Amino acid sequence: MTRRDLLRLIGLSAGGAAMYQAMSRLGFAAESPYQGTPLLHGAPRGTSVVILGAGLAGMVAAYELRQAGYKVQILEYNHRPGGRNWTLRGGDTYTELGGYTQHCQFDRGLYINPGPWRIPYHHRGLLDYCKKLNVPLEPFVQVNHNAYLHNSKAFDGKPQRFRTINADYRGHIAELLAKATQQSKLDTQITKEDQELLLDSLRQWGALDKNYAYVSGPGASNRRGYAKPPGGGLSAKPVDSQPLQLHDVLNSHLWEGLTDGENFEFQTTLLQPVGGMGRIGEAFGRQLEGVIHYSAKVTAIHQDDQGVTVSYVDARRPGHTSTAQADWCICTIPLSILSQIPMNVSAAMSDAIGAVPYAASVKVGLQFKRRFWEEDDDIYGGVTATDLPINTISYPSCDFNRKGKGVLLGMYAYGLNAYEFTALTPEERVRKAVEYGAQIHPQYKQEFENGVAVAWHRSPFTMGCFAAWSEELRAKHYENLCQIDGRIALAGEHASYLPAWQEGAVTSALDVITRLHQRVVAGGAA
Amino acid sequence: MKRALFIATALLAYTGCLQAQSSDSTIYTYDTLKTANGEQIFHAICQGCHMPDAKGATGAGSYPALAGNPKLASPQYMAAVVLFGRHDMPSFEMKPSTHRSFFRDAMLTDEQIADVVNYVRTHFGNHYTHSITAADVAAMHPQTTAPTPPSH
Repeated sequence: MTRRDLLRLIGLSAGGAAMYQAMSRLGFAAESPYQGTPLLHGAPRGTSVVILGAGLAGMVAAYELRQAGYKVQILEYNHRPGGRNWTLRGGDTYTELGGYTQHCQFDRGLYINPGPWRIPYHHRGLLDYCKKLNVPLEPFVQVNHNAYLHNSKAFDGKPQRFRTINADYRGHIAELLAKATQQSKLDTQITKEDQELLLDSLRQWGALDKNYAYVSGPGASNRRGYAKPPGGGLSAKPVDSQPLQLHDVLNSHLWEGLTDGENFEFQTTLLQPVGGMGRIGEAFGRQLEGVIHYSAKVTAIHQDDQGVTVSYVDARRPGHTSTAQADWCICTIPLSILSQIPMNVSAAMSDAIGAVPYAASVKVGLQFKRRFWEEDDDIYGGVTATDLPINTISYPSCDFNRKGKGVLLGMYAYGLNAYEFTALTPEERVRKAVEYGAQIHPQYKQEFENGVAVAWHRSPFTMGCFAAWSEELRAKHYENLCQIDGRIALAGEHASYLPAWQEGAVTSALDVITRLHQRVVAGGAA
Repeated sequence: MKRALFIATALLAYTGCLQAQSSDSTIYTYDTLKTANGEQIFHAICQGCHMPDAKGATGAGSYPALAGNPKLASPQYMAAVVLFGRHDMPSFEMKPSTHRSFFRDAMLTDEQIADVVNYVRTHFGNHYTHSITAADVAAMHPQTTAPTPPSH
């Protein structure tokens, strides 16, 4: 039987939804626009492309165009490859705008990813490059039932286990719905047969007892946890826990944190490179050794009938402007910076470049003397969500159960709080992250050693975290941004419908080189 | 916690010793931000990019200085930039959040925008004498009626 036959059979027997699911699994109706490596045949000999930016978009473009026979060079502002694909490790130095310099003091092997830190399983383009470049991956834990949901104004500020809020919220709702069913309040909505099935399913879904009640007992404890868990030996008998009242669960607003892991981009399985997200950019950098000109600040981009001339200043020769020339230019410079660089493109593209604000985000990595979240709190990876300005604590998804020190993500702020933490010095951000985090993990006070803080609007190479498109801005500017304008085309997460995701950068680069190649083969600039 | 911070903010403001730039900086919530004046807004938000001394900064691109910048001659221009954003700088206009996003926009009232513009134009070596009012800022919104703040 062929795959097509199989799909037809599933489609006939199970309807469209099942067909779509099956197609997704077999890779037909894939979520990422990734189509595999583009086949770029017939590039005229010696055709040259200058690529601006050695982030993922720029390096994917360079990698593929070079394989297709193009003459490729990259200009990169930083002295390293990767851009926002970046890992801070012990011994690294980072100077943000304003001149604030941090020396990361993490122990060997410990790190924080200031930018992207997780890879959804359906980001097939990025995953494919990890495979090609031999970047080993490991699971990234998003949902941890034993991590916390925390609201400083609920339960006297005491953090609650995700598991108990999840179980109690579901249990009480299941009980309410079961009652409504039994009181014949759904008779006009669904048949008697379906009501029986609904009751069965509610008992299972909500861990209800034989009377369809959500009460203390083995069923509820098996979901929400025990007052004393079962063990071995003489005093091993478990003691059931007492569910929270529905009013308290609702009033706590902690249910707001229950569904994050159910969103498309955070569903299991998520992955991370072993040793830090920056391993991907580093691997690309090795592939493209000699192609990337580091420490080059682009100051002007000019195109004419003959080609593209890019002016830049090498940080090692300040005051001296050099130029790079090529037939074509792929520019991946973030719009936050590109909007300030003179470039002769159409008014429509120019307007698009200047129209998109950049979102703020701040991350803080904290090193502790021991992995108390594992040793004391039984939390292995995953995320604690809080209403405190730190927003998030995330526990490392690596080195589980290892003795010694550990680094966790002590803050992942965005919106107003990100502006505010950006306005502080790095030292103040770290101090605030420790102060707030200690409200959830009192061990912070004893165990904290050192930290690093990255506020993306102070990053000299992006001046912001990612392009914050609104629907209105997309409608007005997105297509203009993505055109090939003469000999210049843009790529990056900002030229994608996957803002802030690395997959947006990868697929945008593949799309642009495919279109550019078609134009080259067809005979040049329009 | 946020309530505790709010009380702390109120107390500090009451005793007149609130210094947003002190080592114990206040972190506002979307609610308590409404209590912030121009000086506090500058130190809580604007200085993130324009820097604490308002001298701006330069990396691959630049954040403009607000100290000694001739564009500050027009308070309307400044208010427009704060209201509607410019390039990568986001808008701080008080408007109903329309686009779905995982973060909420930070918004300032017309009075706060006028206050922060007036603060910047009279500090950091700037000595402009004419000021802008909340009514002037209100008149700059695209719609003719005063915008209603979003529900929380």
